[in-house]
Amino acid sequence: MRVALHTLFPLRPARVHEVCGAGALGFAAIAARGPVLWIREAWLSDTLTPQGLLPLFDPSQLLLARPKDQMDALAVAEEALKDGALPYVVLEITRPLDLREGRRVQLAAKAGGTTGVCIIPENMGSNASETRWRATPVFEPERQDSTLMRWETIKNKSGTLGVWHVRWNQQTSRLDVVSPVGERPGSSGTSG
Amino acid sequence: MWFPRLASDRVLRARPVDGPFALTLKADNTERIYCLNRAAERVGLSRGMSFADARAFCPDLISQPARPDLDAPFLAVLRRWATRYCPWVGYEGADGLVLDVTGAVHLFGGEPGMLADMHARCARAGLELRLGLGETRGAAWARAHFGNPHSPLTELPVAALRIEDRMVTALQRLGLRRIGDLATAVRAPLARRFGPELMLRLDQALGHVSEPISPEGEPPHYATRMSLPEPIGLTEDVMGVTARLLIPLCDKLKAQEMGARRLCLTLRRVDQGRQQVELRLAAPMHDPNRILPLFVRGVGEVAAGFGIDQIRIEATLVEPLPAQQIGSRHSSPDQLNDLITRIGTRIGLENVQRFLPADSHIPERAFSIAPAAYSTPERGWSVRRSRPLCLFPPESISASGSQPPAQFRWRRMRLTTGRATGPERIAPEWWLPDDKWRSGVRDYWKVDTREGRRLWLFYTPQNPGWFVQGEFT
Repeated sequence: MRVALHTLFPLRPARVHEVCGAGALGFAAIAARGPVLWIREAWLSDTLTPQGLLPLFDPSQLLLARPKDQMDALAVAEEALKDGALPYVVLEITRPLDLREGRRVQLAAKAGGTTGVCIIPENMGSNASETRWRATPVFEPERQDSTLMRWETIKNKSGTLGVWHVRWNQQTSRLDVVSPVGERPGSSGTSG
Repeated sequence: MWFPRLASDRVLRARPVDGPFALTLKADNTERIYCLNRAAERVGLSRGMSFADARAFCPDLISQPARPDLDAPFLAVLRRWATRYCPWVGYEGADGLVLDVTGAVHLFGGEPGMLADMHARCARAGLELRLGLGETRGAAWARAHFGNPHSPLTELPVAALRIEDRMVTALQRLGLRRIGDLATAVRAPLARRFGPELMLRLDQALGHVSEPISPEGEPPHYATRMSLPEPIGLTEDVMGVTARLLIPLCDKLKAQEMGARRLCLTLRRVDQGRQQVELRLAAPMHDPNRILPLFVRGVGEVAAGFGIDQIRIEATLVEPLPAQQIGSRHSSPDQLNDLITRIGTRIGLENVQRFLPADSHIPERAFSIAPAAYSTPERGWSVRRSRPLCLFPPESISASGSQPPAQFRWRRMRLTTGRATGPERIAPEWWLPDDKWRSGVRDYWKVDTREGRRLWLFYTPQNPGWFVQGEFT
């Protein structure tokens, strides 16, 4: 039986969720609502661009923290999650979190009522996370400005797993769930 | 009070020199003597003399470059010291002070006693001092510069009237050498010839026209301290003292509608060691209850040793902070600013940033990154063409031709082009030197790969080559 996306997304508040895959940045930007603190280590050479964020999220609502290493990044994330001044915290990590670190950010999110999204490299999830998602972009031959993505839950503490194909609708600023290519009427393509 | 050798005395106080000494200042492309000591004057040097001449006159002259920017603070220190004689002390030029001692003289045993005290203290401090005492500011200036404290005003030369050199020469040609001559001369022709300034200066010196002294106010000082009878070492105790110190400091800030932007907590230990905790705030603040928790982290890192017996807190940087209406609307920015401050104490306040729009068509310059504590969010973002979510330094891929390659390898992945949209030509901004854009114009393509990833590729026609620079959502 297919699980509806709205049972899992928007992400459950006051928890930390994890996302991996090539579309993780887009997932975090779509998931974020309201002011956001985006924590990203200072040595990373690629930058988020406000122009790219604009269709998904208002860049003037974004604060960027550039800690020097992951230890500082986690400290900043814990501080911001616990404080609750910002409803959303995005943390990019570069090495796996151990159980203690994962649990600490989870507790901080609970204390502050803040939602956290942790962007992780593949297979570096922590056991403490509420849900873990894999977001991958999908090629769509028909549309030129396609934002088709495949979102998959690969871990869910309080529910079942599911796979959805979603597309960001820029005009209405919302997410459209679409059927995979193979299941669409009149389509002969393979599933993405 | 006139300090004729203020600049050289200041330097010589720190490093006494026995022989001739001069300070030089570069003016009109020549090193000229700015200030010199008595020994140098005795061998025939004078102010304004070129330094080369001075070296020829006096080979053993010791010199140093002058620092007028340090002389002004030194005079400010002297001004503060001079308030021991009377509360009304103002500046007189760059090397003098003017004191309104009316009603304060008897405290020092009359005029002679006060002047002797001033001379004695300045001599001990190594400062040459010339004093003039008069009923008016002009008379006192004249006596200080051209006579002694009690010389009669009418006997002084006309130059003592604070007038230009040109006017002095002209008056001397007329035979008016002393102030007395000038005072008895007919005023109308003099005023017609020299303008109103001469008569004004004369009247000011003689007391016909009043000339007020404008005393300098004390600059506000935002610091409090507490000495403890017994050394303390526990973090809670230190925080308790800090809380008690913050209350008077914040009251003072509040009274003057100022807010602290940077605070410095100095802890003196029993062994005279000092430790400082600096706190930089994301927004000006004068609320002790909000500042105190921000010190917790810094105070926790202090090593107390055998104990701390003096604590001093100073607001080293203050900004105006007018009173604001309290409402629910304002509570959120305060909370956010506190959070930025707390994060800033850990990773540095300039590492909490935000995006600001910038006016450029170069993708990596179309926005600027500014510290969040020193900027306000701006709206007005616009995109005419879709831009990638993430930009990285261009990564070369092997391909040729001006059309996007059908297949390419990028980051160890074999990718197949499904659809390419473009080109969008972006030319470098030639008015700004940028090494990354040396390769000339770029043709940008949005390439949707069959594997899913949507990449931003560019081709440089002037230096053929393909690069990947960004990735779309």
